[in-house]
Amino acid sequence: MILRVGIDIGSTTVKVVVLDEDNKLLFRSYERHYSKARERACETLRSIEDMLKGKDVRLVVTGSAGLGVAKAAGLDFVQEVYATAAAVNAYIPDTDAVIELGGEDAKIIFFGGALEERMNGSCAGGTGAFIDQMATLMNVTVSELDQLSLKHEKIYPIASRCGVFAKSDIQPILNQGGRKEDVAASIFQAVVDQTVAGLTQGRELKGKIVFLGGPLHFLMGLRERFVDTLQLDQEHAVFPEDGDCFAAMGAALCASDYEARPFDELLRLLEESKAATSVVDTMPPLFESQADYDAFTARHNASTPPQLDVSAYTGDAYLGIDAGSTTTKIVLIAPDGGLLYTYYHSNLGNPVAIALEQLKEIYKLCGDRIKIKGSAVTGYGEDLIKNAFSCDLGLVETVAHYRAAAHFNPDVDFIIDIGGQDMKCFKIRNGAVDSIMLNEACSSGCGSFIETFAKALGYGIADFAKLGLFTQKPVNLGSRCTVFMNSSVKQAQKDGASVEDISAGLSISIVKNAIYKVIRAASADDLGQHIVVQGGTFHNDAVLRAFEQELGREVTRPTIAGIMGAFGAALAARDLKLEKSSLLSETALQSFTHTAKPVTCNLCTNHCSLTVNSFDGGRRFISGNRCSRPLGKEKTELPDLYRYKYQKLRAMEGRGFGDGSRGRIGIPFGLNMYENLPFWFELFTRLNFEVVLSPESSRKLYIKGQRTIPSDTVCYPAKLLHGHVEALVEAGVDAIFYPCMSYNFDEKSSDNNYNCPVVAYYPELLAANMPDLKKTRFLNPYAGLHRQKDYERIGSQWFADTFGIPRKEAVNAIRAAYQAYDRYKEDVHRTGQQYIDQARAQGLPIIVLAGRPYHIDPEINHGINDLITSFGFVLVSEDAVAFHEEYAPRKVLNQWTFQARMYNAARYVCQQPDMELVQLVSFGCGTDAITGDEVRSILEQGGKLYTQLKIDDISNLGAVKIRVRSLMAAMEERKRRGN
Amino acid sequence: MAELKYDKDGRLLFTKEMKEEYTILMPQMLPVHFGMFQQLLILEGYKVDMLTTNHRGIVDEGLKYVHNDTCYPALLVIGQLIDAIKHGGYDPHKVALFITQTGGGCRASNYIHLLRKALEKAGLEFVPVISVNLSGLEKNPGFSLTLPLVRKLIYAMLYGDLLVNAANQVRPYELTQGETDAMLDRWQKTLIDGFQAGKGMSRKQMRDNFDAILADFAAIPVSQEEKVRVGVVGEIYVKFSPLGNNNLEDFLLSEGAEPVVPGLTDFMIFKIFNREVDVNIYGGLWAKKKFCQLFKGYIEACQKDMIAALKKTRFRAPGTFENMHQLVQGYLGDGNKMGEGWLLTGEMLELIHSGVPNIVCTQPFGCLPNHIVGKGMIRKLKDDYPNSNIVAIDYDPGATKINQENRIKLMLANAKALAKQGKELVGANV
Repeated sequence: MILRVGIDIGSTTVKVVVLDEDNKLLFRSYERHYSKARERACETLRSIEDMLKGKDVRLVVTGSAGLGVAKAAGLDFVQEVYATAAAVNAYIPDTDAVIELGGEDAKIIFFGGALEERMNGSCAGGTGAFIDQMATLMNVTVSELDQLSLKHEKIYPIASRCGVFAKSDIQPILNQGGRKEDVAASIFQAVVDQTVAGLTQGRELKGKIVFLGGPLHFLMGLRERFVDTLQLDQEHAVFPEDGDCFAAMGAALCASDYEARPFDELLRLLEESKAATSVVDTMPPLFESQADYDAFTARHNASTPPQLDVSAYTGDAYLGIDAGSTTTKIVLIAPDGGLLYTYYHSNLGNPVAIALEQLKEIYKLCGDRIKIKGSAVTGYGEDLIKNAFSCDLGLVETVAHYRAAAHFNPDVDFIIDIGGQDMKCFKIRNGAVDSIMLNEACSSGCGSFIETFAKALGYGIADFAKLGLFTQKPVNLGSRCTVFMNSSVKQAQKDGASVEDISAGLSISIVKNAIYKVIRAASADDLGQHIVVQGGTFHNDAVLRAFEQELGREVTRPTIAGIMGAFGAALAARDLKLEKSSLLSETALQSFTHTAKPVTCNLCTNHCSLTVNSFDGGRRFISGNRCSRPLGKEKTELPDLYRYKYQKLRAMEGRGFGDGSRGRIGIPFGLNMYENLPFWFELFTRLNFEVVLSPESSRKLYIKGQRTIPSDTVCYPAKLLHGHVEALVEAGVDAIFYPCMSYNFDEKSSDNNYNCPVVAYYPELLAANMPDLKKTRFLNPYAGLHRQKDYERIGSQWFADTFGIPRKEAVNAIRAAYQAYDRYKEDVHRTGQQYIDQARAQGLPIIVLAGRPYHIDPEINHGINDLITSFGFVLVSEDAVAFHEEYAPRKVLNQWTFQARMYNAARYVCQQPDMELVQLVSFGCGTDAITGDEVRSILEQGGKLYTQLKIDDISNLGAVKIRVRSLMAAMEERKRRGN
Repeated sequence: MAELKYDKDGRLLFTKEMKEEYTILMPQMLPVHFGMFQQLLILEGYKVDMLTTNHRGIVDEGLKYVHNDTCYPALLVIGQLIDAIKHGGYDPHKVALFITQTGGGCRASNYIHLLRKALEKAGLEFVPVISVNLSGLEKNPGFSLTLPLVRKLIYAMLYGDLLVNAANQVRPYELTQGETDAMLDRWQKTLIDGFQAGKGMSRKQMRDNFDAILADFAAIPVSQEEKVRVGVVGEIYVKFSPLGNNNLEDFLLSEGAEPVVPGLTDFMIFKIFNREVDVNIYGGLWAKKKFCQLFKGYIEACQKDMIAALKKTRFRAPGTFENMHQLVQGYLGDGNKMGEGWLLTGEMLELIHSGVPNIVCTQPFGCLPNHIVGKGMIRKLKDDYPNSNIVAIDYDPGATKINQENRIKLMLANAKALAKQGKELVGANV
């Protein structure tokens, strides 16, 4: 009898199984390898030597990290999805589909019909490593996270694409008092959504489904979310007993096809393969010698405020709180900035409790000697803490950080802050915050990333960072987002890099990420002459050193780098010059209570997830809202052209002046329809069709079509189309009309008048990926509206061929359609001008929110327009001002109609003292990699601020608020200086 | 030293003096084709170096000077050029750069502008950039694509396609390692020498050459081993360039597969055809359409010669452009022209129809046209051809080789399973 051995080496664990000839499991193990995969496998094999010694066995390796190990040792290898399929075939033969989640991979296998096997692409982090990261973020173990999730009451929408997104969704929920139980379940739901959306790609998940892999084996809450979402009963949701080892079992099954070899030889090969490592891409060391390091630390420790003894001091004091995303920072200062008390701690998901405890402590220390005469809060939890404890002032983080930095270096012109979860950098120009850059979307790589990694490799963060200081060959890990970095580390490990090399490499990566990804600087001069670095991550000497090395310039790191936000807030509190602080008194704190309840606001289509915080004495604070309506106030109704345009377009359905006798035409309300609908509506109603618009966009509508999206990295506006078209099919229209358009209208203001490829050809993608379209008539002809005369000829021919409409009738309708489109544009221009006039009459500032036409969809812009008007701006869209400018050559090829408007809008804004431009960018929009830089340079040359808001399926309004408020602060500063 | 001269819009020109003094750097996309292009340019009196560098520093330079969300090929090409100016041992004041310019709604049309921006950022704004295009964009006094040169380039492209095609079918099976590549080198030289003597550039001579080339390659001793054939399609740069696709062809060879890479000629015909289509579906000048038809007809005729030559041998012959155009009906319209447009789907269909259902579809991460014509068509292909086995691979500065290779390995494992399944269900589909 020849035994078969399967070894599955994944990104985090090693699984070993032994099978007998009847496919019976004789041995199984599942262990974490802490990046020592080969060693772990050897140990396990040693432990079963008794069973195998002296025998011939068939041994096959599988798994994402197994490939390198097998290659180096000369062992046989099978791909892990293939192995899993083999195991399922053998043990659960009537399976229809398999879902397997691993440490970093998600896989799906469809049986029945043609075998289809798929893995997540390189940008998909909704896996085991993602869950680990989220648990770290919430400061619980993975099994505690699981327990919590089982007690959930509601599910929050959390971005599932990658860890970075999810973090920025979770953080505000936690900071605003959302329940941990709900967040835990929401994290699992995000994993489910990611798997279903990312991997099924149009093929339906039904029948008997087998769930495999570590996370699905151990996490009951995750199982529950899958079963609920896929609506499976017990018979159809199978969680096999050895589900965590199936790939290894499959490898053992596949081993039948390979030759048997003596076990002792195989083990020897595996043990000796260590030497066979390849060359790693390395970089120069951080420090050459201990002396270098000592000089470095001495230089940086010089920037420090005076330390005062709180137990001896008598006099006034000012309190600053920075309720950051993962940590709470508190300082108490004397009027000269001397430090009386500092505090820096993880907020453990409950910043209110931390602040309460600290305030009590501070009052105790103050006694009767010290009088707190001012208090200010900044950071993500600003609103919550300010309301909870009646602080005097709330200020936006950027301003707080600037205050603090200027205290140490009044000439500061560039500040970079890398915290646990976020990275902020900005320039200082004319005493105001300018050019804010935040890490968003795919560009993380902050402190918590190193921390998660340290933990995964079995180290504490402080020890881990020190490891890399003196290594001679830091490994080059590139500069990308967290998920990618995981794979880079995996590869480096495979190539034989040591933990020291990796530690240094990660520090350098974070720095490169900041400089090239977030700031996009080409040289140190791009940043500034006087750079102040702050944030907890810069306490890490390796990161600080890497930063100086990369820039080739010395920077200032105050010793209080980690609490600069709080320090700046305290300085701001001091400058209020109050007689008495409104901060809750020591006695009031004794009776302080706080409860948080999640609710969904139903006052408009945004359906904000609100958190209602109740405090003692009936004080309430509601967070998560975009407008003031849930607060019981009237919604502010400042002029808003986004809303106006949206309502105007939404009204374009029905029969118009026609009789609807030719049938009902469905038009999906998305992408270029936001520009072209006035044309098509007129055309179809003139021809006596009834126009049926798809419903308003919503997250629900998105989910409806989600399973038919083939490319997960396309922009959200495009993804929404699937839901729109599905809804139209359900509405039972006679035909759906959605034309392909390589070209858009030629506005004579650009070198060419293209649509972007996605806008141009998405109808063809829908036709190929939405099975439901077979139930209706889907019309997606190529239409060239940019050549009116030709379109009259070609378009009328199409109507004749498709509907048998007389050519003459169609030509007339087309002419009317062109007129209707012109009228629509004129109306937008006129109304925009009215709003601008109105703003000027009332002395209100104006924001041109520049995006694509479809950015007026509230589901796409997430109510950012409401947010902006709530800050007291009048809002107009880019097309309302762009037409004032003529064509001018640009430094880039100006070839897209919609994008050209943004350039011209920016040029116009530069001449208007009361206007600012804010650019909306959809994540995944390739054209904005080009337009963003160009719009920025136009504005900066015109002496304006550039503000970009990045949006995706989930909104991170926190980041939006920081930007808009910093913009406001800068405008005020400019005004102050001007006067 | 050559004086820096600018046109009326402030664009730095490549002057006649520069032609004498400067070395022109060109990126490499297809090693064989571009190698021949380089030789042809040298024979025209230009000093041309083709960059074959392939190291991490290229990506780092790219990341530094190009917006990181721009497509990977732009980042690589620009990174490679700047890396060469800075570290390639050139006098920065004595180099110029070649870059192709296609035009069209894809971001790729912006490469030349992004390159100029990057040069400015790098403090190299005195380096002239020469646009290589057939549309008459951006003229330079020191460089012109003369008709005879264009003719040579077109013939080089056709020969390149045939050479690569034959070599790909021999290399995986050669008994003496390196023999195929030696043959490639020999023929490239022979052809260039011929061009110089005015030979090989008529259809008659080309047909003879085709036969001779194929006979030579067929004579290389090979094993009878059966290997999985794997098609490679995708965004043009990452599809062809080893720098762009992490040496994909080498990897496939090392995995015991035979790479099948559709050539450049179809892309060329496709770009000409697009202009004809524009007139058809949007209106325009009859003369423009007629000119395009003639030009396209000529290259198509040459392509047919190539196919005919292959058909006479044991080598697999690709389908004609027209054939591919037929196959793609029902998938994408003729108007789908940005990037690789319908051609990419057409190539996948052609591969499936000619017995290569296993395909790697390569694209830069976030490539806009490929959302539609690459990833967007895989579902329908799978429905229509259940034995098709396509894996989409994203390339970008952060994507690791190990992830890419693992996914390709899955596709290869699938290929075996599907072949097995196929044998059980004889005659099903295709």
